[in-house]
Amino acid sequence: MTSPILNIKNLSYAYEDREVLEDIHFTIQPGRFVGLVGPNGSGKTTLIKLILGLIKHKRGDIELFGTPIEKFKDWDRIGFVSQKANSFNTGFPATVFEVVSMGLTSKVGYLHFFRKKHKEKIKEAIDLVGMSEYMHKNVGDLSGGQQQRVFIARALVSEPDFLILDEPTVGVDAENVERFYNMLADLNRNKGITLLFVTHDIGTMTSYATDIACLNKHIHFHGDPSSFEQMNEKDLSNIYGHPVQVVTHDH
Amino acid sequence: MLESFIQLPFLRNAFLTGILVGFIAPLLGTFIVVRRLSLIADALSHVTLSGIAFGLMLDKKLGGVAITPFYTGIGFSVLGSIFIEQLRRVYKSYQELAIPIILSAGVGLSVIFISIANGFNQNLFNYLFGSVVAVSSTDLWTILFIAIAVTILIVIFYKELFMLSFDEEHAVVSGIHARRIHFLFIVLTALVIAASIRIVGVLLVSALMTLPVAASIRIAKGFKQTIMYSILFGEASVLIGQIAGYYFEIPPGGTIVLTAVLILIGTIGFKRLKKRSSYKKVMS
Repeated sequence: MTSPILNIKNLSYAYEDREVLEDIHFTIQPGRFVGLVGPNGSGKTTLIKLILGLIKHKRGDIELFGTPIEKFKDWDRIGFVSQKANSFNTGFPATVFEVVSMGLTSKVGYLHFFRKKHKEKIKEAIDLVGMSEYMHKNVGDLSGGQQQRVFIARALVSEPDFLILDEPTVGVDAENVERFYNMLADLNRNKGITLLFVTHDIGTMTSYATDIACLNKHIHFHGDPSSFEQMNEKDLSNIYGHPVQVVTHDH
Repeated sequence: MLESFIQLPFLRNAFLTGILVGFIAPLLGTFIVVRRLSLIADALSHVTLSGIAFGLMLDKKLGGVAITPFYTGIGFSVLGSIFIEQLRRVYKSYQELAIPIILSAGVGLSVIFISIANGFNQNLFNYLFGSVVAVSSTDLWTILFIAIAVTILIVIFYKELFMLSFDEEHAVVSGIHARRIHFLFIVLTALVIAASIRIVGVLLVSALMTLPVAASIRIAKGFKQTIMYSILFGEASVLIGQIAGYYFEIPPGGTIVLTAVLILIGTIGFKRLKKRSSYKKVMS
């Protein structure tokens, strides 16, 4: 049996004396499209930072591709798109090509230079997100949605098996959000990339994801979207701490 | 007039040093500007000054020591860069605090060393504002060595430096050794500053690292092009500034920086004109 992409056991985390994550058990199998939802301050971003090794966990276990995170080295198997795309230094003079090339930096490795095959891959990734005509434009001159696609291309160029997205649609207009979700669903189905998508937009998530996980300090629910929708609003409101109405988008 | 730059050895040294400095200062300056660390150059140049003052004091007190102020300056600059890194780690949420701490420590030490060395003299004046005559052949060789080392290291670690400048978090997630690369970067900065001080002086060295980049950023597409224009503007400033400085008998630091300012104003004006003409095209 292939090991799960991500396997978290008994994970707890606290900032000084404030506990943000408590006894998390969370597994992602290959090929899934997992939507991780939860209210603001529910620990979503903290969980992502722990998974990416940006902060170190003290209690519990995190395994990536079957390897404990402390020993994990294959970081280029994991792509990451943060909500940063709308807060990065827009005055930074870098073309779309240059930004996407950064996705290959660690794969190419120290003391090695980009070769022709790498440049081809960069162009392919830019093509995949439909940004070819902007290849040599400065990213700062693009719209929020276009920038976000560039950052997806940067995450995809190293051909990761696991793509983590932390609220990547913040600052992207509604029409492009739809295209964005479609693009991700397509990557998941046709390229077999496992996705972990963090969002507070429950409604849209349920129509694209294969799994929904609901986080508020604990993982309150992990299952398929239809049973998530059947959860009554009272349960959900308990998790969120305030009344919630799920607006689903049918396709 | 120009032939004196080629024929007179002391002028030729300064001229060649100027070409080297006009290349490495904007090259490294591009990374400094995009990382919003322009003030680090200022802090390090003042630490370098304290090193120079220390060297002058040694010279005065001990007489004829093997180490000239130029080399004590390089030493202090590199040490200062390591301290800045440590301080930035201590004050994680106030990283810019490292800059005024190091800057004022540098000035404080300078004042003490200068007064022990019996105050202000022409030599010190040359270090503050630059000089077209103060470059010895040994200095030139040292600066040539620094320039080659800096250029090679930047070419080798270009992609990592670029990534770290653009998005540190992403660099760390991808497994780049951010701390080591950053350390390399700050030490290179210290070396470039110490080398550039011979030509533009302590007070204006950060200008040579930032003004050409500020002009370049206005018109360049992409990072590589930004570096290329920065170097082009840096070289133009140094060459025009040095010749003007010699001709008008002004320390070259002043004329070099003013040339850089004029280039900067020129690029801003150029961008405006371009915008206006494309606007007219749309309107007509």
